[in-house]
Amino acid sequence: MSSDTEARPAPVKAAIETTRLSRQFGKLTAVDSLDLSVPPGTLFGLLGPNGAGKSTLIKMLITLLPPTSGTATVAGCDIRRQAVAVRRRIGYVPQLLSADGALTGRENLELFAKLYGIPRRERAQRIDQVLTVMKLEEVAHTLVQRYSGGMIRRLEIGQSLLHEPRVLFLDEPTVGLDPLARQAVWERLHALRDTHGITLFMTTHDMEEADKLCEAVAIMNRGRVVAMGAPNELKARVRSGASLGDVFAHFSGESLEQEGDYRGIRGTRRTASRLG
Amino acid sequence: MAYEERAEPQAAWAESSPVVAFWRQTVAVAAAELHKLRRDPWELLTRAVQPALWLLIFGEVFARVHGITAGGVSYLSFLAPGVLAQSTLFIAIFYGIIVIWERDLGILQKLLVTPAARAALVLGKGLSASVRGLAQALIVYALAAVIRVPLHFGIVSIIGVFVFVSLGAVLFSTFSLTIACLLKTRERFMGIGQVLTMPLFFASNAIYPLALMPRWLRAVADVNPLTYLVDALRTLMVGKVPGAFSLGVDFGVLTLLTIAMVMLASRLYPKVVS
Repeated sequence: MSSDTEARPAPVKAAIETTRLSRQFGKLTAVDSLDLSVPPGTLFGLLGPNGAGKSTLIKMLITLLPPTSGTATVAGCDIRRQAVAVRRRIGYVPQLLSADGALTGRENLELFAKLYGIPRRERAQRIDQVLTVMKLEEVAHTLVQRYSGGMIRRLEIGQSLLHEPRVLFLDEPTVGLDPLARQAVWERLHALRDTHGITLFMTTHDMEEADKLCEAVAIMNRGRVVAMGAPNELKARVRSGASLGDVFAHFSGESLEQEGDYRGIRGTRRTASRLG
Repeated sequence: MAYEERAEPQAAWAESSPVVAFWRQTVAVAAAELHKLRRDPWELLTRAVQPALWLLIFGEVFARVHGITAGGVSYLSFLAPGVLAQSTLFIAIFYGIIVIWERDLGILQKLLVTPAARAALVLGKGLSASVRGLAQALIVYALAAVIRVPLHFGIVSIIGVFVFVSLGAVLFSTFSLTIACLLKTRERFMGIGQVLTMPLFFASNAIYPLALMPRWLRAVADVNPLTYLVDALRTLMVGKVPGAFSLGVDFGVLTLLTIAMVMLASRLYPKVVS
């Protein structure tokens, strides 16, 4: 839409931009006047201890939870005033198992293609395409409850890509996957970004993974972003030779080992056992 | 650069008529539920047990009780529509567990992040309850034919029965979804489900005429939606019994309540995940 791409560098329109975004639950401030900007086409990682406000932030960005104050735009649309427009432009892969096990892979895709309003003539073609890209052609007619964890994750990512979202939100996309499946999921996500210029916004607990794969990370603690930048930049800020885990500990004041309460651990393990 | 200039297929899809879009989304949700039902036909067969017990055992015995005057029709004829309405209620009233189950899994979150109308997600589930209700109707007709209960088997009356059973199933299943959205946990929901069904059933004209009820119970039955479902089914299956409402009243009451329930459930639906 912008016509001035030649003379000056293209104006960077953020894929996600929050403005003093806040959410309170009673007296608890889960997200505290947060300002965050994610440039389009970025692989962005959101890190932080449990209770830091990561899931509250994601829920607001994907329009499942209204903010108490402040606002945000996602793919150029306001999450408060243009919620449906936001939903058309985003995809979401929850941490929990979100493909329906009682349906086949293809039926899962069909349901979402219809809910996104993809016209009939395009539907079959897009579904085939997703099945190919996610390497699921052979199990397209198998019930998802017989899939392996990695296959389920690929299907779920495929479901969220049918409508070519501009921003894809992933909540712990590789939790509970074995290293091989993990690798496969990451390859797919990378390819997506490279071919479609999609923005990937994900939460993860795996510092090594975040370090290797994310171009920018934000560390959240107590509802605020306490550090943001490229992993190398942040590591250099802490001390030379620091790992992203050290960065995390430095900024959140918590070491990774202590992290997680009973509910969080139960949730993670439950997901892991379902996927595994 | 490419980011701004990329075509936006999503925007083009949005432009088709909202009514058509709503209906497509509703049917998509119902179709997914029906795929599951098709793979598990056992569920439909086990559902046949309850109406069979009511008609073959309860009905046969109570047909010998002379106190129940069923307005000139045999007690079994009087009972058959009541049993159909009751099994529609029983199928639909635990439907809410689906929303809790899908929430616990993460399916619901993903459905709510699509641009689909919330009411379509709710109504789609309701329509799948209708299909289960229609299976019950076929079972009741089959049982009635086997034990030779005189019913109207005309095509018009059967179509009418299907319409009312569908309506009733959507009403009670969306009522159930509403309750599930309010209670949010499986344990609380199962408890309430039990507590609700029996009073709805006994405070209705399903197994005895309204005329036999004490005044206070009659007052409850008059505001019980199940009464209107039974009333309509009975008029269609055996003819008008004394004291019955008109089909128009039955249809009006059930339709208005259904619309109200779908609206209420779709307001509450997103709250389950927040």
